[in-house]
Amino acid sequence: MSLYLLILLPLLGFLINTFVGKRLPKNVSGAIGSAAILGSFIISTILFIGFVNGSQAVIDVNFFDWITFGDVKISFGVLIDQLSATWLMVVTGIGFLIHLYSIGYMHDDEGFSRFFSYLNLFVFFMLLLVLGNNFVITFIGWEGVGLCSYLLIGFWYKNQAYNDAAKKAFIMNRIGDLGFLIGMFLILFNFKTLHFGSLQALIAENGIDHGLVVAITLCLFIGAMGKSAQLPLYTWLPDAMAGPTPVSALIHAATMVTAGIYMIARANFLFVLAPETMNVIAGVGAATALFAATIGLLQNDIKKVLAYSTVSQLGLMFMALGLGLFTSGVFHVVTHAFFKACLFLGSGSVIHALHGEQDIRNMGGLKKWMPITFWTFLISSLAISGIPPFSGFFSKDEILAGAFEHNKVLWVVSTVASLMTAFYMFRLVFLTFFRDFRGTEEQKHHLHESPFIITLPLIVLALLAAVGGLMGIPEVFGGHHWLKGFLAPVFSGGEGHGAAEHGLSHGAEIGLMCGAVAGAIGSILAAYFMYVKGGQLPVKEGEESGLGKVIYNKYYIDEIYNTVVVKPLMVMSTLAYEVFDLVIVDGLVRGLSKASLVAGRQMRLIQNGNIGFYLLLMVIGACLIFGVSILR
Amino acid sequence: MLLLLTLLLPLAGALLTLALGQNNARYVSLGFSLAALGTGLALIPLVNTAGMPAYDLPWISNPNIHFSIAADGLSYLMVLLTIALVPVIILSTFGRQMDNARSFYALILFMEFALIGVFVATDGFLYYIFWELALIPIYFISLFWGDGERQNRSKVVLKFFIYTLAGSLFMLLGFIYLYQFSGSFKLEDLYALNLPADVQRILFWAFFLAFAIKIPIVPFHTWQAETYKEAPTAGSMLLSGIMLKMGLYSLLRWLLPVLPIGTIANTPIVIALCIIGVVYGSIIAIRQDNIKRLIAYSSLAHVGLIAAGIFTLSEVGFSGAIVQMLAHGVNVIALFFCGEIIYRRTQTYDINKLGGIRSQAPRFASFFMIALFASVALPLTNGFIGEFMLLYSVYEYNTLLSIVAGSTIILGAVYSLRMFQRTMLGGATDVTEDFKEITIGEVAAFVPLVAAIIVFGVYPKPIIDIAQPAVKAILEAIAR
Repeated sequence: MSLYLLILLPLLGFLINTFVGKRLPKNVSGAIGSAAILGSFIISTILFIGFVNGSQAVIDVNFFDWITFGDVKISFGVLIDQLSATWLMVVTGIGFLIHLYSIGYMHDDEGFSRFFSYLNLFVFFMLLLVLGNNFVITFIGWEGVGLCSYLLIGFWYKNQAYNDAAKKAFIMNRIGDLGFLIGMFLILFNFKTLHFGSLQALIAENGIDHGLVVAITLCLFIGAMGKSAQLPLYTWLPDAMAGPTPVSALIHAATMVTAGIYMIARANFLFVLAPETMNVIAGVGAATALFAATIGLLQNDIKKVLAYSTVSQLGLMFMALGLGLFTSGVFHVVTHAFFKACLFLGSGSVIHALHGEQDIRNMGGLKKWMPITFWTFLISSLAISGIPPFSGFFSKDEILAGAFEHNKVLWVVSTVASLMTAFYMFRLVFLTFFRDFRGTEEQKHHLHESPFIITLPLIVLALLAAVGGLMGIPEVFGGHHWLKGFLAPVFSGGEGHGAAEHGLSHGAEIGLMCGAVAGAIGSILAAYFMYVKGGQLPVKEGEESGLGKVIYNKYYIDEIYNTVVVKPLMVMSTLAYEVFDLVIVDGLVRGLSKASLVAGRQMRLIQNGNIGFYLLLMVIGACLIFGVSILR
Repeated sequence: MLLLLTLLLPLAGALLTLALGQNNARYVSLGFSLAALGTGLALIPLVNTAGMPAYDLPWISNPNIHFSIAADGLSYLMVLLTIALVPVIILSTFGRQMDNARSFYALILFMEFALIGVFVATDGFLYYIFWELALIPIYFISLFWGDGERQNRSKVVLKFFIYTLAGSLFMLLGFIYLYQFSGSFKLEDLYALNLPADVQRILFWAFFLAFAIKIPIVPFHTWQAETYKEAPTAGSMLLSGIMLKMGLYSLLRWLLPVLPIGTIANTPIVIALCIIGVVYGSIIAIRQDNIKRLIAYSSLAHVGLIAAGIFTLSEVGFSGAIVQMLAHGVNVIALFFCGEIIYRRTQTYDINKLGGIRSQAPRFASFFMIALFASVALPLTNGFIGEFMLLYSVYEYNTLLSIVAGSTIILGAVYSLRMFQRTMLGGATDVTEDFKEITIGEVAAFVPLVAAIIVFGVYPKPIIDIAQPAVKAILEAIAR
């Protein structure tokens, strides 16, 4: 029963807000939307606590048969284990906070109830994604959150640029989805099942061909690349910032974009059998982490900085997965959800106060007017920069230490990315909150801290960002890494070759930590001297030069895609229609009809009305028939 | 009795619609189409049981022709599609005043009669008569009630008529040739034939050509887009929603099991053509500006995949094809209806002139969006089930082809979202400024379509189950 409620409450909220939301007062509509998620959160919490104290057994039930053919049976079913329970907490917990926040943030929007109905629908699909007990159910959620992402990026649909961003997100995700689909076909063809448990058992029993498992995992990873915005399929995510800021926080930072990591963690029993794929994942992850971090260095839109930071952090998580450090990847997903949601919501609070201004060159000095926003933003920035004892320190350090142990190149790349992160995050903090306000007098006059319903989620998330690291205190600090123990049943098969703590001596680990922290502090100080002491400002629009210009323009990747993919496709479409279809194919058809017309015109001449001619033909014909029948 | 009633009610309805005058025509025809739906639905408990009615009456003794009809799961589902969609199509016309309404609605019902006939006939000659009979009403509907300029339209419609008729003649020749050996046109006698391989290989093309033109499969498709564009929307709905399923259904019923060796021999070429159609249709749809023509090319892509699934000669391919035939029927009609609603209010199908409709008519936008996402195969809509099964069947046949065909999920999103954005989003234009929200009557036509989209997306099992015995039987007939 509670299982049904867990999934169906958000769907119910969606239906209510869709059909009667407009007629309800805004507060009621928002309250219904939030209550639906709160309900799911409570059920998730009960389940989660059950798993923590060991009283809850793994749930794996099928509700009904969905698609059946031959000896294949794909059921509609759910799986709740420690991994999905962890995600449940993030999705419903942060989801609920963001719903609350949205009541304040979207209050003056005419599409208020529509917003809540989409958010509820998103949570519903996210739950399906996380709870599916086979690949196809996960795929339902996977595509469903893509739909909601489309709807929410283009929420303000009168603006065609936003609609373009929404369309781009959906289409790019679909490219990845094709990979996911082919991966599923490979599994289905060879094992006749897509059920996680059965598949794992089958492989444990019979083994799996090595080439096959590499192919499967590569295809699945392509899916993950789309959804989790990895190179080369990442360009939709920065554009997705067109959506309202709570959406960026929930979908494009905390939950949906981590779906790729969830999927790989869920299918860890496949991935560990394919070291080649793991190398690819680690490489792509590290490259993305660094690449996106460099772009983040020079962006001036507060949300764009955070977006590139998200891409970069996701890259870090993938690197962890690729190194076999599944727990570390999940750990970073969770802490990242805390601090990045907080950062996005904080940026929303700032944008709200400035009536839509998003350019940090026009901000400054806001800590005076917005103390709560400032402090929560600061705590989260410290967390993402890896400063102890905030949560990001623990999760990120674990990944870096793992990289150091396995692959020095990856370690260097990810360390550089982390240093850049600390720099651009504090560039953001300093330019936004320090020195003097650089906006208009009009804006200055209206500056204010956001209302309680907006600051409350900020405070809760900042608290979580501060202490979230407690989940994974490493042994070197006398902890026992609770999360690792908790997730051990899920990753039992896989983590043998990736437990960083055991591979490194405590001395080396402490040395690495000190180095990383010192580097982060150094980056922060550099940002401080540049933007606070030095009072530097990013250059004005169009005045960038050299490498800075290339980076500011995101390495012109969008332009390159446009030239290499979009335009040729358009030309092909025109050619196919105007030349091939109309001229050649239809030309043949018209040619045939014309030929019959001409033939008819010629044959007509035989019918000349001269009886003598007809008689002659008849006699010739009769002779021919006689002749032929005699000769045979 | 029920099956015969389902077949004959539309015919009776057509006559009565003619008789009862212009003002009552729409209601009489709706009533009869609903009655046919009722009798058809009453057959559900009998499907795949011995109780399913079947009739076999000698009709002409020489040549040996019977009036024989029956409905296995496959036929039943196709009949169900027809009788469920025709009332919706009739309902969808209520917003427009038709000239000479009684002829228009009588022709629709007559078309329904012929379509049902095609799906239930088990005598080849009878089947052929229904097949050609179905062409006549749609020809007149398109010619007399179409949109746009009359002269161009009559050309386009004539081309469609001759093109499909020419294709059908090859089929007739094929039947006559088969008759020499079987001595009857009855399905089971044709299934029992064991013609030499080389004969089958050639004869295959005679039937294939007729079906390929009707479906249509690239390169036999050039009648399609212009006809859809010129026909009245109800006509485009009949054509794309139901009539093209005649071709797909006939592959399963009258080609594959009759000429199995010929089929297997030609499979590689045919599947390649189908998959080319998937990509080709999608790519062309990307740049189309006319809503109806865009839907036509997207439809070309969708049916290409269905046909490819059929030619994989596998259970999953057949089941997927059947599921997708039903889904495509519903979705394409929903899309055409969206186009029709836009046309009614703006007098244009050109997406460059449209835009901003969503803010004027949010309810309409929601319906449009659901239809659109069903057509791009979003999971939990009916479009996903079929597409998943079909792509998988193609995957089983050939991995590379499935990747090529799979590009449809990307390209489909490209052209569909483009159409939605250009028509519905952004700011209003001159023609969409006063766009009226959809009326109760229009909602009434949408609701069953949306219900079908969601219900069969969440729970497709009844369709798969009903089709399964027929699918197995056809597979056995092929493997004989």
